Amino acid sequence: MKLKKPFVAAVSALGLMAGAAWAKDTVTYATQLEPPHLDPTGGAAQAIDTVVYLNIFEGLTRFTPDGAVVPLLAKSWDISEDGMTYTFTLQDGVTFHDGTAMTAEDVKFSLDRARAEDSTNAQKSLFSTISDVKATEPQTVVVTLSEPNGSLLFNLAWGDAVIVAQESVETLKTAPVGTGPYRFNEWVQGDRVELVRNPNYWGEIPELTSATIKFISDPTAAFAAMMAEDIDAFDNFPAPENMVQFEADPRFQVIIGSTEGETILSTNNAQAPFDNPKVREALAHAIDRNAIIDGAMFGYGTPIGTHFAPHNPAYVDLTAQSDFDPEKARALLAEAGLSDGFETTLHLPPPAYARRGGEIVAAQLAQVGIKAEIINVEWAQWLETVFKGKTFGLTIVSHTEPMDIGIYTRPDYYFQYDNPDLQGVMNRLNATTDPDKRTEMLQEAQTIIADDYVNGYLFQLAKLGIAKAGLQGVWANAPTAAIEIGALSWAE
Amino acid sequence: MNRSLFLGGLLSGIMLLLAIASFVWTPFDHAVMNIPDKLQTPNATHWLGTDHFGRDILSMVMVGARTSLAVALLAVGIGVGLGVPLGLAAAATRGSWLDEVIMRGNDLVFAFPSLVIAILITAVFGPSATNAIIAIGIFNIPVFARVARGGSLSLWAREFILTARVAGKSRARISAEHILPNIANLLIVQGTIQFSLGILAEAGLSYVGLGAQPPTPSWGRMLAEAQTLVSLAPHLAIVPGLAIILTVVGLNLLGDGLRDRFDPRLMEGRA
Repeated sequence: MKLKKPFVAAVSALGLMAGAAWAKDTVTYATQLEPPHLDPTGGAAQAIDTVVYLNIFEGLTRFTPDGAVVPLLAKSWDISEDGMTYTFTLQDGVTFHDGTAMTAEDVKFSLDRARAEDSTNAQKSLFSTISDVKATEPQTVVVTLSEPNGSLLFNLAWGDAVIVAQESVETLKTAPVGTGPYRFNEWVQGDRVELVRNPNYWGEIPELTSATIKFISDPTAAFAAMMAEDIDAFDNFPAPENMVQFEADPRFQVIIGSTEGETILSTNNAQAPFDNPKVREALAHAIDRNAIIDGAMFGYGTPIGTHFAPHNPAYVDLTAQSDFDPEKARALLAEAGLSDGFETTLHLPPPAYARRGGEIVAAQLAQVGIKAEIINVEWAQWLETVFKGKTFGLTIVSHTEPMDIGIYTRPDYYFQYDNPDLQGVMNRLNATTDPDKRTEMLQEAQTIIADDYVNGYLFQLAKLGIAKAGLQGVWANAPTAAIEIGALSWAE
Repeated sequence: MNRSLFLGGLLSGIMLLLAIASFVWTPFDHAVMNIPDKLQTPNATHWLGTDHFGRDILSMVMVGARTSLAVALLAVGIGVGLGVPLGLAAAATRGSWLDEVIMRGNDLVFAFPSLVIAILITAVFGPSATNAIIAIGIFNIPVFARVARGGSLSLWAREFILTARVAGKSRARISAEHILPNIANLLIVQGTIQFSLGILAEAGLSYVGLGAQPPTPSWGRMLAEAQTLVSLAPHLAIVPGLAIILTVVGLNLLGDGLRDRFDPRLMEGRA
């Protein structure tokens, strides 16, 4: 425990009681995966956002803990009648951690860099409808679109769309410089990243003076560290079986929420026999979702029947369409001319949902005559053989990007689903701004992929948050990967 | 019969029986998951409880014994099959270039920490029981080569071998007909010990995920899977842990007992 630093005069003016002088003012937060680097505009790894999003870097808009999109560096905006021009007014007095001012030029630079031909941005498609960005005044940015895009403000809230400065862009990966409430201090590779409060932050100065984000992927080590109180909180605990012990322990609070992770039995639609819709339908009926949720996740997770998050208002519950019915699965296989079953592979990456879920899936498939050979792989190997190489039959993976049903429009995406009907719906969706019509189209898209049984839809991955009793402001859900240190505080 | 031999034989025999019995009978199908019945402590239905998928642990231990014993046995087989002929050849041609090549090759393999190389082999060629057998087997070769050579060298100076040579038998034939039977007891003792090390190595490789792959049960993987569950259901770790300990201790005692029985010096001491 440390005394608050003298500069908190400003903070006490915000209403902090004098009695808080001895309160704990730091946090040690743990997460499973260490990021490969710290530049959210140059990598797909969610682990990057977990560390830097809303802490070091900020975008024009941001996600709130419940998934809504609200203004951040953009104070306000005007959308033209035809939906083609967005005029953003920026916050006043925003500076980067290196002391330079954040202006419309930086916004133009960041967006142009992200959408450039040679951009290394992992989510380039977020910016695909932007045709021009102009810094008309120091605090005003005009974004012109090539076609109306109803999800532009949502897209700009992503970690991949944060605002960076031209001067520091070369070193973002190791020494990130942003506009956020916390500054990068140190990265001890293999162990932790340390952040310190930014005293010049343009917004409300957060309560905690510093934060350590530790990387613990081994479930046993995570359990030990939490029990020994070496860490104050765990972002998403890797071992669901231990949650009951944390729940019973008054030192901890267990905060169960939902992630954006649709956990699916991903199926290689281009490979025989999975190119036959009947076989995919048989797969869907051979799987008992509830057994998988109970056996692999100890009950944490919500069944899904399509590739969409159940907490989203546009979700349609299609689980009944692919209910557990081994008889039907066998009949469908027979119709497909595979009454003797067939052999395939099941690639399983390291998380418990995949390794344990995969053992259960393999056992269930065996009941209808499908022999799935389990191949346990590390993430690097999974990316190489499954995601890039597309040499797999089945795999289990959680797709954690928010609103990622758009991956079904890409025939070259690793599960290789190609349906012009769906692509048409999604194209119309992108051009629509009316919320009711958008909901309707999203539901149509969900139904199309469920009808095609593209993949086996298992469950929405739960977020198993644990924090010491007294830590306030922890995000229950994960609308995006983030640990918002600025929202945290310790109760008396 | 000495005590080590009795106890070792008993423990090893029980494990062997469990493994053989599993071919014809296990209390439950070891692969059938019954998730509502998960994490049961030992009870009348499931004598050793159930795991996190509701599988019967006794059945898994029985089938796991099969995996462990088969891997270790085949690995010892590789060691004996390749190592003994090499050792015999080295002894028969003592001091020649062949002897040098064989024994320096031996030293080379010995110089590597065996488990690390086993991990390398399974990591390169993919984790499977077969690759575990090969990896463990390779390290058995120099052990048996050395025992065979060491045991044979003194025999080559004995009269009955000289007699055989005078009678015109070839070195290869003498090795097979006269040397081998006389070093058999040495090899059996060494084989028992290597067998127990093989079981330990297989458990170790499976523990880190490089041995038999699921759904084939394996003691090492059962231990690994129990790791995060051990505070909830300790029997998940205790049962396969005990199975490994009892088997390894049993085989070591058996090896000791056999050595005491075969070793002429010890027998003289006792008399």
